[in-house]
Amino acid sequence: MQYLISVIDDQSNPGSLDKRPAISEFNERLIADGYWVFAGGLADTDAATVIDNRGEQPVFSDGPFVESKEYLAGVWVWEAPDLDVALALAAEASKICDRKIEVRPFQ
Amino acid sequence: MSDVEDAITRAYRDEWARVVAGLTRRFGNLDLAEEAAAEAFATAVARWPGDGVPPNPGAWLTTTANRKGIDRMRRENQRDGKHEEAQMVFDNAPTESIGAIDDDRLRLIFTCCHPSLSMENRVALTLRMIGGLTVPEIARAFLVPESTMGQRITRAKAKIKAARIPYRMPSAADLPGRVSGVLAVLFLVFNEGYLATGHSAGPVRADLTVEAIRLTRLARDLMPEDGEVAGLLALMLLTDARRTARISVTGELIPLDEQDRGAWDPMLIAEGHRLVRERLAAAAAGEVPGRYQILAAIGAVHTSARDIRDTDWSQVLALYDQLVNVDPSPIIALNRAIAVAELDGPEVALATVDRLEKRLNGYHAFHATRADLLRRLGRSQDARAAYDKAIDLAGNTAETAHLTRRRDQLQ
Repeated sequence: MQYLISVIDDQSNPGSLDKRPAISEFNERLIADGYWVFAGGLADTDAATVIDNRGEQPVFSDGPFVESKEYLAGVWVWEAPDLDVALALAAEASKICDRKIEVRPFQ
Repeated sequence: MSDVEDAITRAYRDEWARVVAGLTRRFGNLDLAEEAAAEAFATAVARWPGDGVPPNPGAWLTTTANRKGIDRMRRENQRDGKHEEAQMVFDNAPTESIGAIDDDRLRLIFTCCHPSLSMENRVALTLRMIGGLTVPEIARAFLVPESTMGQRITRAKAKIKAARIPYRMPSAADLPGRVSGVLAVLFLVFNEGYLATGHSAGPVRADLTVEAIRLTRLARDLMPEDGEVAGLLALMLLTDARRTARISVTGELIPLDEQDRGAWDPMLIAEGHRLVRERLAAAAAGEVPGRYQILAAIGAVHTSARDIRDTDWSQVLALYDQLVNVDPSPIIALNRAIAVAELDGPEVALATVDRLEKRLNGYHAFHATRADLLRRLGRSQDARAAYDKAIDLAGNTAETAHLTRRRDQLQ
């Protein structure tokens, strides 16, 4: 089963910035244990563009689709046998990233 | 009630969880397990009066339910043109090392009380899947529409399936946290019965307290070495023992110091005391007691006193001091202040209570406790204001009646 792991940051109370080495180490472990499918950190939400082409013309708007203090800072995709395994890894990830984590299964 | 009806009722009570749990393991699907179990019991209701009660009702129900489950799965596969793929994850890793009895019912309990489910969904699912209560019964007990309760159960089952919440024992490292999650569900069910909220409802819903005790007994049978499970069972027994003495014939709450102690249930008290003694022995041997064990010990001190004047308040206070270390919540501090009032007087206690105002201002018991202390200090005007606030916030009809009388008796 694959899970989308979202790393959530908070503009009003951001997590610390010096987490890169620890995250790399954690990624190595995820790869070695067979959980790792994908990982990526995201640029600031200011860099986002929303496109809506449901009408006649595509409409572009600057910024994320939802403005909020909390935003997506990065994602993983993990392969895990069940939610308990994913939650245990996510608990570690939250400590290592110093940020909240959402675990959501793919369909 | 006829013998057959009696046998059916007993089989339902004793076997429902076992049948559902067995089916869940076999089919890996909670929906199917629930429906097949319900069908098997419906078949028993239809057949037993004519055919007679089978010699082993549990085995009969399991076999019948399995057959119903297979039929149902075949029908669904035919309809969907595919085979059921998403089975629940389970394994048979030995559980001896954590002192739990290997039983599918325990797996089912941990699945229904999984921390990724919301508390209200956990409660609904546990009462349905383990307790065997029907959706209308659960809805009535919690005063919500049937459709709302049905949705909670549907949603919980859908999440278990979509997110792959496993059907197995938690790892030894996770176990204490997971057990306390289960106990929180059971305690919530008990409290909702004991301190029933809602102005249209009676002050106590015995169906819920009885069900909570029954489920906690099951948890105790399945985890005989867990001190907190024993502690919660003792706490419920010692609390429920006072149930009838706690409400007057006119539906008013009778506080502990005015209760007729002869009306307390001696059997429940004896059983509760036995459990507390067992836990005290474990504590003497070095086990650190958790909050339910300490709360049960406080209940044991109260139920040991034949008269309120015989209450060993210094023992109560010592236990509260221990409890504050385990659970530093302001509600515990508030209850501790009641023991302080008995030992050091209402003035000292009031100073302690007042320090909690910021955190407990919206909690009726905070104002009720203050009101009582102010009344004892002869500060009638302040007491009246505090009673008014407590009455505004109280949700239990018996409590409201009691507070109103106390307020109206002020000089």
